Amino acid sequence: MKRKTRMTVTSNRCLTDGIYSMTLQYPEGEMPEAVKPGQFAGIYTGNPAMLLPRPISICDWDPADRALRFVFRVAGAGTAELAAMKEGGQADMLGILGNGYDLSMLEGRKVLLLGGGIGIPPMLGLAKALHALPGTEVTAAMGYRDSHLFLTEELSAYSRLLIATEDGSVGTKGNVLDAVRDNEVMADAVCACGPMPMLRAVASYAKEKGIPAYISLEERMACGVGACLGCVTRTRDVDAHSHVRNARICTEGPVFKAEEVQIG
Amino acid sequence: MSADRTNSNVWTPIDTQPGPDMSVEIAGVTFKNPVMTASGTFGSGMEYSEFVDLNHLGAVVTKGVANVPWEGNPTPRVAEVYGGMLNAIGLQNPGIDVFIERDLAFLQQFDTKIIVNVCGHTEEEYLEVVERLADQPVDMLEINVSCPNVKQGAIQFGQDPKCLCEITEKIKKVAKQPVIMKLTPNVTDIAQMARAAEAGGADAISLINTLMGMKIDIEKRKFVLANKTGGLSGPAIKPIAVRMVWQAAQAVRIPIIGMGGIASYEDAVEFMLAGASAVAVGAMNFHDPYLTQKVVDGMEQYLYRHSYKTARELTGAVL
Repeated sequence: MKRKTRMTVTSNRCLTDGIYSMTLQYPEGEMPEAVKPGQFAGIYTGNPAMLLPRPISICDWDPADRALRFVFRVAGAGTAELAAMKEGGQADMLGILGNGYDLSMLEGRKVLLLGGGIGIPPMLGLAKALHALPGTEVTAAMGYRDSHLFLTEELSAYSRLLIATEDGSVGTKGNVLDAVRDNEVMADAVCACGPMPMLRAVASYAKEKGIPAYISLEERMACGVGACLGCVTRTRDVDAHSHVRNARICTEGPVFKAEEVQIG
Repeated sequence: MSADRTNSNVWTPIDTQPGPDMSVEIAGVTFKNPVMTASGTFGSGMEYSEFVDLNHLGAVVTKGVANVPWEGNPTPRVAEVYGGMLNAIGLQNPGIDVFIERDLAFLQQFDTKIIVNVCGHTEEEYLEVVERLADQPVDMLEINVSCPNVKQGAIQFGQDPKCLCEITEKIKKVAKQPVIMKLTPNVTDIAQMARAAEAGGADAISLINTLMGMKIDIEKRKFVLANKTGGLSGPAIKPIAVRMVWQAAQAVRIPIIGMGGIASYEDAVEFMLAGASAVAVGAMNFHDPYLTQKVVDGMEQYLYRHSYKTARELTGAVL
């Protein structure tokens, strides 16, 4: 059930250069029972001139504390307003949105998680969920610009963590796939979130290895609930909703099987 | 709206005296209240039915539907701007067959009126959809001759009074339901366009569609929308919309459905006072998915507070 909820900001702090971690708490009794890794929420800035919610992936959640954690990059005026929100304050949130990762497809496998930049945060929630599944091995290769790392401690608690940096200051110099090759990682499924060039590379990597890749896509959104058709992605097949080859990232996604979308 | 029993200025449904009559009539169709959804912002109601009880709305106005499926424009299709948003969806829709089978069937479950927005590239395409809907459970048709985001058709019919009058006449000949012509604000003289629709036999007009706009990303030196231009909606356009509704209301006798940036019941009342018989909530559904219901409740309280017996009395009541 999707709702717009007035949440309490229980923490909001800068992790590193331009990257913030914000925790929002549901009013008592309002936390949804099931949250899936890869799902997202729309957070409103509180500035009435900004009418659309900011779609931000859920990094982690804690039902006991009725809390959702978001880690986001300040990319413009809207996210700057989110970064300026004070602990103890309130934030309106539209959630929970999107399909998330299907854990049943990943259970018992050697799963490779690939995150690039601000695509890293949802991989923490996914690593945590997979870590709890029997017989599931999790390797996470995360790509950063430079030594301004974030979430590495938490990620290493739930996965074998490999790091790639563009400038080579930490881990493998290059991108996440360079780190995967350097470390001769063997996997039988890949989950990825990050910039489009990375996702394209991941899709061809998975194809070459003959393993499934589940990729999380991003697009400018308006409604977040599937009504406006703003955030579509081209798909291989005609889908049941659009009857043209346009799946809604907010509703059928954001997680898609790589071969089902045309991201080339 | 929460009922406050201690405040005598608030009417609650269990008060002994009857509440104000919220119903309005347009072209012989009675709506339980004047609050509708603006085409394209509410799908066919399915997505927002998770937030709003559609039974409480005057009407659901569907997203535009064409004779065949339309793919729409490439992405990015939407962009936020100060106090509003731009869109260039390009009228993506599943086509009339799927629409009838799935969307109309869904909407029929609710006790609300159904207004189907019809789009096309050519006269023939509009007429085909109108004919297909003739025997369907649809209360009214809204003809989209005002979308700024498709290259061919649509707005071309809505920017020339002669074309608008002619296509209205042709649609009226085949339509089995009352016809609303939806007007574009991207014209010099809205009164002239309103008169053209009336002359063509339109049963009502709705306005305004979006204003054509643009946004440029100065860091990338690129257009934000793949389509370069897009339609501006949201609170930023409301004063223009209110002015145009008022001008149209001075020019024609047919009823007007007013829209453009409605964000509250106060805005809705403003449109009614300017001359609208009903209103539609558009882009602000994206800001607040409960907004349509709040507008209904707020307008009811407004009528009570100002001792109006009916919502109909608001139409054109600006002094």
